[in-house]
Amino acid sequence: MRATAMDIYRLLPKTNCAKCGEASCMAFATKLSEKEADVSLCTQMTDKERDKLQEVLAPAVREVLIGTGENAITIGGDEVLYRYELTYYNPTSLVIEVSDDLSDEEFEDKVKKVDEFEFERTGEKLKLNAIAIRNKSGSTEKFTQAVNKLKDSRLPLILCSFDTDSMEAALKIVGDKRPLIYAATENNLGTMASLALEYDCPLTLFVPHDLEKMKELSWALRSKGVKNIVLDPGTFVKGGTGDTLDEFRMIRRLAVEKKDPDFRFPIMGVPAIYWLFGKENDVVKGIRESITAAKLMNSYADILIIHGTEMWELIPVLTLRQSLYTDPRKPQAVDAGLYEFGKLDENSPIIVTTNFALTYYTVEGDLKSGKANCYLLVVDTGGRAVDVSIAGNQFTGKAVAELIKEVGIEDKVTHRKLIIPGLGAPVSGEIEDDTGWEVMVGPRDSSEVPDFLGKLAEEASK
Amino acid sequence: MDKMTQLLKLLEKTDSIEINEFRMDFDELELQIVPAVQQAIKKSQKQREKEMLEAIKFVPPIDSYPGEVAEVQLGAGKRKSVYLGGQKALYRFEEPQPNPPVVTFDVFDIPMPGLPRPIREHFEDVMEHPGEWAKKAVKEFGANMVTIHLIGTGPKVMDKTPREAAQDIEEVLQAVNVPLVIGASGDPKKDPIILEAAAQAAEDERCLLASANLDLDYKRIARAAINHNHAVLSWSITDVNMQKTLNRYLMKEGLNAEDIVMDPTTCALGYGIEFSIDVTTRTRLAALKGDKDLQMPMSSGTTNAWGSREAWMKNENWGPTEYRGPIWETITGLTMMLCGVDIFMMLHPASVKILTEIGNTFTKEYMTSDLPDVSEWITQLEN
Ligand code: B12
Ligand code: SF4
Repeated sequence: MRATAMDIYRLLPKTNCAKCGEASCMAFATKLSEKEADVSLCTQMTDKERDKLQEVLAPAVREVLIGTGENAITIGGDEVLYRYELTYYNPTSLVIEVSDDLSDEEFEDKVKKVDEFEFERTGEKLKLNAIAIRNKSGSTEKFTQAVNKLKDSRLPLILCSFDTDSMEAALKIVGDKRPLIYAATENNLGTMASLALEYDCPLTLFVPHDLEKMKELSWALRSKGVKNIVLDPGTFVKGGTGDTLDEFRMIRRLAVEKKDPDFRFPIMGVPAIYWLFGKENDVVKGIRESITAAKLMNSYADILIIHGTEMWELIPVLTLRQSLYTDPRKPQAVDAGLYEFGKLDENSPIIVTTNFALTYYTVEGDLKSGKANCYLLVVDTGGRAVDVSIAGNQFTGKAVAELIKEVGIEDKVTHRKLIIPGLGAPVSGEIEDDTGWEVMVGPRDSSEVPDFLGKLAEEASK
Repeated sequence: MDKMTQLLKLLEKTDSIEINEFRMDFDELELQIVPAVQQAIKKSQKQREKEMLEAIKFVPPIDSYPGEVAEVQLGAGKRKSVYLGGQKALYRFEEPQPNPPVVTFDVFDIPMPGLPRPIREHFEDVMEHPGEWAKKAVKEFGANMVTIHLIGTGPKVMDKTPREAAQDIEEVLQAVNVPLVIGASGDPKKDPIILEAAAQAAEDERCLLASANLDLDYKRIARAAINHNHAVLSWSITDVNMQKTLNRYLMKEGLNAEDIVMDPTTCALGYGIEFSIDVTTRTRLAALKGDKDLQMPMSSGTTNAWGSREAWMKNENWGPTEYRGPIWETITGLTMMLCGVDIFMMLHPASVKILTEIGNTFTKEYMTSDLPDVSEWITQLEN
């Protein structure tokens, strides 16, 4: 179980000196339990006391840092098995693999694609997080050449080779950038562990389909002093799906419920493996890889290595990540109020929507891409979509009337007309009554709004 | 106890001991202690080894569950039966589920011009006849079940009569021998009447009547199911308490857990799927913990996924909708499947195929499938 504020309070100095910025030790303990403060802010503890507290505060799944600087990624950190119990922490990192056997041009192209990849959704720019350099050639020379090309990569790196000489050579080049080493196996464990310690880099432990052995080797790594471990139990697809799901879930359950120190680490999945077995064409493989990624992300994967870079393949994976990692304790809302789009004057139309983040950003995106000129009145529905808030009585005539007064739109336009969403039709009468404004029901989908406004303007000018 | 036994006792429990101000004659040490200590140390080393082996022993984290999910039979008589639910554990490694999740193909009583193009192109030739449509779904795309949506009965659609609805049901029953889900149009006044007529037309075939909810005359639907031997889909909107209430009401009408399937609502990927994940997970955990009001299999209206922009909207940067649509539907369904859902209402043949393939692994024992060797993936994967 996670430490409560009381458990934490017991380990604090209890002097209420307020040096941490909180009024009391109890307040600080509460912040710590919510993960909203850092232990180091309390300056009144000895190192030993702090270590003890850190241990109590350590999440069920240890956090592992990969890379350095502002693009470094943290994986792991989860406390619960099911997101509704609290929330999941540290969204799954998506890593694209690049082979060391590509031509210079292909290599550069792929890296550039990964680096520049971006998909905007509900106001958030969704991106890829790291590059895995894969020692496909088996040659140390080619591997180091590839690694050299990414010496100054903005994105963190995963070094993929089972050959310890290749790994050491690569670490000589980028070892100070805290790449993730992939991977220690039964055959190379000792050397990989030494390299991880020498360069202070996190280390993946790859033990396909054998949790018994995985536990043994994780224990061995820990006793050698390796602290930052990532577990890869192997990714199996098609008929092997069931076994892989079992293994991912067992690892996470052992970490969260049993606090088994050998399994309290982030889990890695490798959807790229689909490309090994599928005999289908590239499109089908891309589709299946995307689905494999979704499957593993739904089953606790903290980091995924992917082969494909097509937009249609990655959009669903990024969207799933965004959904899984929203915090169930907080409504996803934007500020209510008046927003402006394009060129405006006293005749500009006013359209109405709700403050659910998904709704707002969808509408915003449509208005921008359609180059619409209008005011957007965003009603506080407690972060609920249009039809949800109508069903729940948060999108009401009264709410709109109050907002009109609050934002002072009456002084900005000379007309008295509102355009509401198509789904808002059931409350159109109510809004007219409460605001005294004329209400027009717009199209159902906001993608049609720019055209709709265009036609209105045309009619008005006739 | 003499000093010796005390010392040995201490060594038994600990890996190391600190001996402060411990004095002894040399002779005594020589004669008695050295061999004894040596023996003790040997013993503690063995002990330590044992402890170490204990520490690295892998024990699968199997939980025990006081409750279980009811098994619902769909399809009876000459119809091929399909069984839903029956889980006694959450995960396969604890106990494989007795029945694989099933997919039911959507078929409509009207041609449905609004269906997305990637789906229309598979069924264009049969859309005038629900019977032919159902046949194609079963024969060509391997559907385990078919859902016939009586959309045409909607007062604002074609306002088909209960009699016409019954005829459509008969047509589909004739055409295929898989079990049916019978869906109405979503009109709270008319749905119970339509479902009653359909239930009668499908007497004893054990269909799933979709759906009862708190906003309509659910009693009439429950009665129709009991009188004509069908099961009922109990639909709530992402709300565990609403689901409990409705199930309890339905059971009060005389239905058993074996006659009910729940639909806790599937919000599509990117459109609130996290709400569905939470509600579905909580519902299944409650069932296994013993909550009698929630011990029924679950259903997902996976086709909701097609309403998502990312599935249908043209956008050059996003790539072809032919790929996006099926992926969106599959991932929506797959996510629900991993939360425990038992039956999926779906539209696209490719999505159905992939989901069925994954679901079929749920009934196998852990460690009984042949797995390929992936240990050299770094070098084996093509560029
Ligand atoms: C996710 C969801 C929820 C989530 C809430 C998510 C949220 N924060 O809003 C939860 C689980 C909490 C929920 C709860 C409820 N829900 Co609900 N929910 C949905 C669901 C699945 C998706 C809603 C969504 O996210 N839509 C996406 C957003 C972007 O759409 P949107 O806001 O409408 O915006 C679009 C358009 O309206 C338009 N648009 C927006 N602004 C503007 C502006 C202008 C000018 C124009 C022209 C167009 C326009 O363009 C946008 C993009 O397409 C829908 C079903 C569906 N629609 O698929 C049911 C649905 C809305 N829910 C429904 C119901 C009944 C409820 C509850 C009452 C049930 C309950 N449990 O009690 C509660 C109400 C809670 C409350 N309000 O207090 C019903 C509503 C039925 C009705 N119309 O009366 C629906 C339709 C499900 C159904 N089929 O029955 N729900
Ligand atoms: S700095 Fe430490 S001792 Fe002082 S109030 Fe904060 S938690 Fe308490």
